[in-house]
Amino acid sequence: MNARRILDAIWDFVVGDDPRLALAALVAIGLTAVVCAFGLSAWWLAPAVALASLRWSLRGARPSATSASKTSS
Amino acid sequence: MTGAQTSLALSVFLACAVEAVEAFTIVLAVGTTRHWPAALAGTGVAGLVLAVVVAALGPALTVLPLGVLRVVVGGLLLTFGLQWLRKAILRAAGAKDKHDEEAIFATERAEAAAVPVPTGFDGYAFAISFKAVLLEGLEVAFIVLTFGANQHDVGLAAAAAAAAVLAVLGAGLALRAPLARVPENGMKFAVGVLLTSFGIFWGAEGAGAHWPGGEASLGPLVAVILLAALAMVAEVRGRAVPTAAVPG
Repeated sequence: MNARRILDAIWDFVVGDDPRLALAALVAIGLTAVVCAFGLSAWWLAPAVALASLRWSLRGARPSATSASKTSS
Repeated sequence: MTGAQTSLALSVFLACAVEAVEAFTIVLAVGTTRHWPAALAGTGVAGLVLAVVVAALGPALTVLPLGVLRVVVGGLLLTFGLQWLRKAILRAAGAKDKHDEEAIFATERAEAAAVPVPTGFDGYAFAISFKAVLLEGLEVAFIVLTFGANQHDVGLAAAAAAAAVLAVLGAGLALRAPLARVPENGMKFAVGVLLTSFGIFWGAEGAGAHWPGGEASLGPLVAVILLAALAMVAEVRGRAVPTAAVPG
Protein backbone atom coordinates (compact mmCIF):
# COMPACT_ATOMS: atom_id res chain seq x y z
CA MET A 1 0.00 0.00 0.00
CA ASN A 2 1.52 3.33 -1.02
CA ALA A 3 1.39 6.62 0.89
CA ARG A 4 -1.44 7.98 -1.27
CA ARG A 5 -3.70 5.02 -0.46
CA ILE A 6 -2.89 5.29 3.25
CA LEU A 7 -3.75 9.01 3.22
CA ASP A 8 -6.97 8.27 1.30
CA ALA A 9 -7.91 5.63 3.87
CA ILE A 10 -7.26 8.01 6.79
CA TRP A 11 -9.25 10.77 5.06
CA ASP A 12 -12.15 8.41 4.43
CA PHE A 13 -11.99 7.09 8.02
CA VAL A 14 -12.03 10.50 9.74
CA VAL A 15 -13.81 12.77 7.28
CA GLY A 16 -16.22 10.30 5.71
CA ASP A 17 -18.50 11.02 2.79
CA ASP A 18 -19.35 14.64 3.62
CA PRO A 19 -16.23 16.81 4.15
CA ARG A 20 -18.47 19.81 4.94
CA LEU A 21 -19.37 18.21 8.28
CA ALA A 22 -15.67 17.89 9.17
CA LEU A 23 -15.27 21.55 8.27
CA ALA A 24 -18.30 22.41 10.41
CA ALA A 25 -16.71 20.63 13.40
CA LEU A 26 -13.57 22.74 12.97
CA VAL A 27 -15.63 25.93 12.63
CA ALA A 28 -17.73 25.06 15.72
CA ILE A 29 -14.68 24.64 17.94
CA GLY A 30 -12.69 27.46 16.32
CA LEU A 31 -15.53 29.99 16.70
CA THR A 32 -15.98 28.90 20.32
CA ALA A 33 -12.29 29.58 20.97
CA VAL A 34 -12.49 33.02 19.31
CA VAL A 35 -15.61 34.08 21.26
CA CYS A 36 -14.09 32.79 24.51
CA ALA A 37 -10.94 34.80 23.78
CA PHE A 38 -13.11 37.95 23.92
CA GLY A 39 -14.29 36.91 27.37
CA LEU A 40 -17.83 36.07 26.23
CA SER A 41 -19.93 33.02 27.09
CA ALA A 42 -19.70 30.56 24.18
CA TRP A 43 -20.88 27.16 25.43
CA TRP A 44 -23.98 27.38 23.20
CA LEU A 45 -22.03 28.03 20.00
CA ALA A 46 -20.66 24.55 19.25
CA PRO A 47 -24.05 22.77 19.57
CA ALA A 48 -25.72 25.46 17.45
CA VAL A 49 -23.11 25.23 14.66
CA ALA A 50 -23.04 21.40 14.76
CA LEU A 51 -26.83 21.02 14.56
CA ALA A 52 -27.20 23.71 11.90
CA SER A 53 -24.52 22.09 9.73
CA LEU A 54 -26.06 18.64 10.21
CA ARG A 55 -29.47 19.92 9.12
CA TRP A 56 -27.88 21.72 6.18
CA SER A 57 -26.11 18.52 5.08
CA LEU A 58 -29.49 16.75 4.99
CA ARG A 59 -31.17 19.26 2.72
CA GLY A 60 -32.61 17.59 -0.35
CA ALA A 61 -32.55 14.12 1.25
CA ARG A 62 -35.81 12.24 0.85
CA PRO A 63 -37.03 8.70 1.49
CA SER A 64 -36.34 6.23 -1.31
CA ALA A 65 -38.52 3.37 -2.50
CA THR A 66 -36.17 0.63 -1.21
CA SER A 67 -34.58 0.64 2.24
CA ALA A 68 -33.48 -2.84 3.28
CA SER A 69 -30.45 -4.01 1.39
CA LYS A 70 -26.71 -4.28 2.01
CA THR A 71 -24.87 -1.08 2.80
CA SER A 72 -21.45 -0.10 4.02
CA SER A 73 -21.06 1.02 7.62
CA MET B 1 -18.76 4.52 38.95
CA THR B 2 -19.35 8.24 38.25
CA GLY B 3 -21.80 9.56 35.66
CA ALA B 4 -18.96 10.40 33.29
CA GLN B 5 -17.52 6.89 33.63
CA THR B 6 -20.94 5.36 33.01
CA SER B 7 -21.39 7.49 29.87
CA LEU B 8 -17.89 6.51 28.72
CA ALA B 9 -18.53 2.79 29.25
CA LEU B 10 -21.98 2.92 27.61
CA SER B 11 -20.76 4.83 24.55
CA VAL B 12 -17.80 2.52 23.98
CA PHE B 13 -19.91 -0.61 24.62
CA LEU B 14 -22.58 0.41 22.08
CA ALA B 15 -20.09 1.48 19.42
CA CYS B 16 -18.04 -1.67 19.87
CA ALA B 17 -21.09 -3.96 19.84
CA VAL B 18 -22.24 -2.50 16.50
CA GLU B 19 -18.82 -2.97 14.90
CA ALA B 20 -18.44 -6.46 16.42
CA VAL B 21 -21.78 -7.55 14.91
CA GLU B 22 -20.59 -6.41 11.47
CA ALA B 23 -17.22 -8.15 11.78
CA PHE B 24 -18.85 -11.32 13.17
CA THR B 25 -21.14 -11.61 10.12
CA ILE B 26 -18.18 -11.62 7.74
CA VAL B 27 -16.04 -14.03 9.81
CA LEU B 28 -19.03 -16.37 10.18
CA ALA B 29 -19.70 -16.31 6.42
CA VAL B 30 -16.05 -17.07 5.59
CA GLY B 31 -15.69 -19.67 8.35
CA THR B 32 -18.82 -21.63 7.46
CA THR B 33 -18.17 -21.48 3.71
CA ARG B 34 -14.43 -22.16 3.67
CA HIS B 35 -12.02 -22.89 6.53
CA TRP B 36 -12.69 -22.09 10.20
CA PRO B 37 -9.04 -22.28 11.42
CA ALA B 38 -7.89 -19.72 8.82
CA ALA B 39 -10.86 -17.43 9.52
CA LEU B 40 -10.20 -17.58 13.26
CA ALA B 41 -6.46 -17.01 12.71
CA GLY B 42 -7.24 -13.86 10.71
CA THR B 43 -9.56 -12.69 13.47
CA GLY B 44 -6.96 -13.36 16.16
CA VAL B 45 -4.12 -11.58 14.36
CA ALA B 46 -6.32 -8.53 13.69
CA GLY B 47 -7.31 -8.50 17.36
CA LEU B 48 -3.65 -8.52 18.35
CA VAL B 49 -2.85 -5.63 16.00
CA LEU B 50 -5.73 -3.61 17.50
CA ALA B 51 -4.60 -4.37 21.06
CA VAL B 52 -1.07 -3.18 20.19
CA VAL B 53 -2.48 0.04 18.66
CA VAL B 54 -4.49 0.81 21.81
CA ALA B 55 -1.67 -0.17 24.18
CA ALA B 56 0.87 1.97 22.28
CA LEU B 57 -1.21 5.08 21.65
CA GLY B 58 -3.26 5.12 24.88
CA PRO B 59 -0.46 6.14 27.27
CA ALA B 60 0.98 8.55 24.67
CA LEU B 61 -2.32 10.45 24.38
CA THR B 62 -2.75 10.82 28.15
CA VAL B 63 0.58 12.71 28.32
CA LEU B 64 -0.89 15.63 26.29
CA PRO B 65 -2.08 18.70 28.25
CA LEU B 66 -5.81 18.38 29.02
CA GLY B 67 -6.82 21.51 27.07
CA VAL B 68 -5.01 20.38 23.90
CA LEU B 69 -6.32 16.84 24.31
CA ARG B 70 -9.92 18.04 24.64
CA VAL B 71 -9.73 20.26 21.55
CA VAL B 72 -8.14 17.51 19.43
CA VAL B 73 -10.31 14.70 20.76
CA GLY B 74 -13.45 16.85 20.78
CA GLY B 75 -12.86 17.92 17.18
CA LEU B 76 -12.25 14.36 16.01
CA LEU B 77 -15.23 12.96 17.92
CA LEU B 78 -17.47 15.72 16.60
CA THR B 79 -16.34 15.03 13.02
CA PHE B 80 -16.83 11.30 13.51
CA GLY B 81 -20.12 11.70 15.40
CA LEU B 82 -21.69 14.02 12.82
CA GLN B 83 -20.88 11.50 10.07
CA TRP B 84 -22.42 8.61 12.08
CA LEU B 85 -25.47 10.70 12.96
CA ARG B 86 -26.02 11.87 9.38
CA LYS B 87 -26.03 8.28 8.11
CA ALA B 88 -28.25 7.15 11.01
CA ILE B 89 -30.78 9.94 10.30
CA LEU B 90 -30.84 9.05 6.60
CA ARG B 91 -31.39 5.35 7.45
CA ALA B 92 -34.11 6.10 10.02
CA ALA B 93 -35.88 8.33 7.51
CA GLY B 94 -35.69 5.71 4.75
CA ALA B 95 -33.34 7.82 2.61
CA LYS B 96 -30.48 5.31 2.85
CA ASP B 97 -30.54 1.52 2.83
CA LYS B 98 -30.55 -0.04 6.30
CA HIS B 99 -27.77 -2.36 7.39
CA ASP B 100 -29.06 -5.89 6.86
CA GLU B 101 -26.79 -8.58 8.36
CA GLU B 102 -28.63 -11.47 6.65
CA ALA B 103 -28.19 -9.87 3.21
CA ILE B 104 -24.51 -9.17 3.92
CA PHE B 105 -24.03 -12.74 5.19
CA ALA B 106 -25.55 -14.16 1.98
CA THR B 107 -23.37 -11.93 -0.21
CA GLU B 108 -20.18 -12.76 1.70
CA ARG B 109 -20.96 -16.51 1.54
CA ALA B 110 -21.54 -16.33 -2.21
CA GLU B 111 -18.27 -14.44 -2.74
CA ALA B 112 -16.33 -16.85 -0.50
CA ALA B 113 -17.79 -19.91 -2.26
CA ALA B 114 -16.75 -18.55 -5.67
CA VAL B 115 -13.02 -18.79 -4.82
CA PRO B 116 -11.47 -22.32 -4.90
CA VAL B 117 -10.46 -23.65 -1.45
CA PRO B 118 -6.77 -24.76 -1.34
CA THR B 119 -5.76 -28.03 0.30
CA GLY B 120 -3.43 -26.32 2.82
CA PHE B 121 -3.84 -23.05 4.69
CA ASP B 122 -6.71 -20.95 3.32
CA GLY B 123 -5.15 -17.54 2.67
CA TYR B 124 -8.42 -16.12 1.35
CA ALA B 125 -10.34 -16.93 4.56
CA PHE B 126 -7.47 -15.51 6.65
CA ALA B 127 -7.26 -12.28 4.62
CA ILE B 128 -11.01 -11.59 4.52
CA SER B 129 -11.41 -12.20 8.27
CA PHE B 130 -8.29 -10.17 9.11
CA LYS B 131 -9.45 -7.24 6.99
CA ALA B 132 -13.01 -7.28 8.35
CA VAL B 133 -11.95 -7.38 12.00
CA LEU B 134 -9.16 -4.81 11.52
CA LEU B 135 -11.33 -2.29 9.65
CA GLU B 136 -14.31 -2.57 11.99
CA GLY B 137 -11.97 -2.68 14.98
CA LEU B 138 -10.09 0.48 14.00
CA GLU B 139 -13.25 2.51 14.56
CA VAL B 140 -13.58 0.92 17.99
CA ALA B 141 -9.88 1.55 18.77
CA PHE B 142 -10.36 5.21 17.80
CA ILE B 143 -13.35 5.53 20.14
CA VAL B 144 -11.61 3.65 22.98
CA LEU B 145 -8.54 5.87 22.67
CA THR B 146 -10.35 9.21 22.39
CA PHE B 147 -12.91 8.56 25.13
CA GLY B 148 -10.42 6.79 27.37
CA ALA B 149 -7.63 9.36 27.02
CA ASN B 150 -9.96 12.27 27.63
CA GLN B 151 -11.33 10.74 30.81
CA HIS B 152 -7.87 9.40 31.76
CA ASP B 153 -9.41 5.95 31.87
CA VAL B 154 -8.28 3.99 28.79
CA GLY B 155 -8.57 0.82 30.91
CA LEU B 156 -12.31 1.31 31.47
CA ALA B 157 -12.87 2.09 27.78
CA ALA B 158 -10.91 -1.02 26.76
CA ALA B 159 -12.86 -3.13 29.27
CA ALA B 160 -16.19 -1.85 27.88
CA ALA B 161 -15.01 -2.69 24.35
CA ALA B 162 -13.92 -6.18 25.43
CA ALA B 163 -17.28 -6.75 27.16
CA ALA B 164 -19.11 -5.81 23.96
CA VAL B 165 -17.00 -8.20 21.86
CA LEU B 166 -17.61 -11.02 24.35
CA ALA B 167 -21.36 -10.32 24.41
CA VAL B 168 -21.56 -10.38 20.60
CA LEU B 169 -19.37 -13.49 20.36
CA GLY B 170 -21.44 -15.26 23.01
CA ALA B 171 -24.72 -14.45 21.25
CA GLY B 172 -23.26 -15.33 17.85
CA LEU B 173 -21.83 -18.68 18.95
CA ALA B 174 -25.12 -19.57 20.65
CA LEU B 175 -27.15 -18.77 17.53
CA ARG B 176 -24.52 -19.78 14.93
CA ALA B 177 -26.17 -17.28 12.59
CA PRO B 178 -25.78 -13.60 11.71
CA LEU B 179 -27.07 -11.40 14.51
CA ALA B 180 -29.85 -9.96 12.38
CA ARG B 181 -32.13 -9.32 15.35
CA VAL B 182 -29.70 -6.96 17.03
CA PRO B 183 -31.23 -3.47 16.61
CA GLU B 184 -28.10 -2.36 14.80
CA ASN B 185 -29.54 0.71 13.10
CA GLY B 186 -31.00 2.00 16.37
CA MET B 187 -27.67 1.41 18.11
CA LYS B 188 -25.84 3.32 15.39
CA PHE B 189 -28.26 6.20 15.90
CA ALA B 190 -27.55 6.18 19.66
CA VAL B 191 -23.79 6.05 19.08
CA GLY B 192 -24.02 8.97 16.64
CA VAL B 193 -25.88 11.03 19.25
CA LEU B 194 -23.35 10.16 21.98
CA LEU B 195 -20.25 10.79 19.84
CA THR B 196 -21.64 14.14 18.67
CA SER B 197 -22.58 15.18 22.21
CA PHE B 198 -19.21 14.24 23.72
CA GLY B 199 -17.40 15.86 20.79
CA ILE B 200 -19.29 19.13 21.33
CA PHE B 201 -18.81 19.01 25.10
CA TRP B 202 -15.09 18.30 25.13
CA GLY B 203 -14.28 20.39 22.05
CA ALA B 204 -16.02 23.48 23.46
CA GLU B 205 -14.47 22.94 26.89
CA GLY B 206 -11.00 22.59 25.38
CA ALA B 207 -11.61 25.81 23.40
CA GLY B 208 -12.22 27.65 26.65
CA ALA B 209 -16.02 27.49 27.09
CA HIS B 210 -17.51 26.86 30.53
CA TRP B 211 -20.61 24.67 30.52
CA PRO B 212 -23.36 25.74 32.92
CA GLY B 213 -23.25 23.16 35.71
CA GLY B 214 -20.03 21.57 34.41
CA GLU B 215 -20.31 17.85 33.58
CA ALA B 216 -23.98 17.91 34.68
CA SER B 217 -24.80 19.69 31.41
CA LEU B 218 -23.75 16.61 29.42
CA GLY B 219 -27.12 14.89 30.04
CA PRO B 220 -29.22 17.82 28.77
CA LEU B 221 -26.82 18.20 25.83
CA VAL B 222 -27.34 14.54 24.84
CA ALA B 223 -31.12 15.08 25.12
CA VAL B 224 -30.98 18.18 22.88
CA ILE B 225 -28.90 16.40 20.22
CA LEU B 226 -31.23 13.38 20.34
CA LEU B 227 -34.39 15.48 20.00
CA ALA B 228 -32.86 17.54 17.17
CA ALA B 229 -31.81 14.34 15.35
CA LEU B 230 -35.31 12.87 15.72
CA ALA B 231 -36.78 16.11 14.38
CA MET B 232 -34.44 15.85 11.37
CA VAL B 233 -35.62 12.26 10.77
CA ALA B 234 -39.22 13.51 10.75
CA GLU B 235 -38.28 16.38 8.43
CA VAL B 236 -36.58 14.07 5.89
CA ARG B 237 -39.47 11.56 6.12
CA GLY B 238 -41.89 14.40 5.43
CA ARG B 239 -40.22 14.97 2.06
CA ALA B 240 -41.51 11.65 0.70
CA VAL B 241 -43.06 12.05 -2.71
CA PRO B 242 -46.74 11.02 -2.40
CA THR B 243 -47.64 8.16 -4.71
CA ALA B 244 -50.58 8.78 -7.00
CA ALA B 245 -53.78 6.95 -6.09
CA VAL B 246 -54.77 4.22 -8.52
CA PRO B 247 -58.37 4.72 -9.62
CA GLY B 248 -60.50 1.71 -8.87
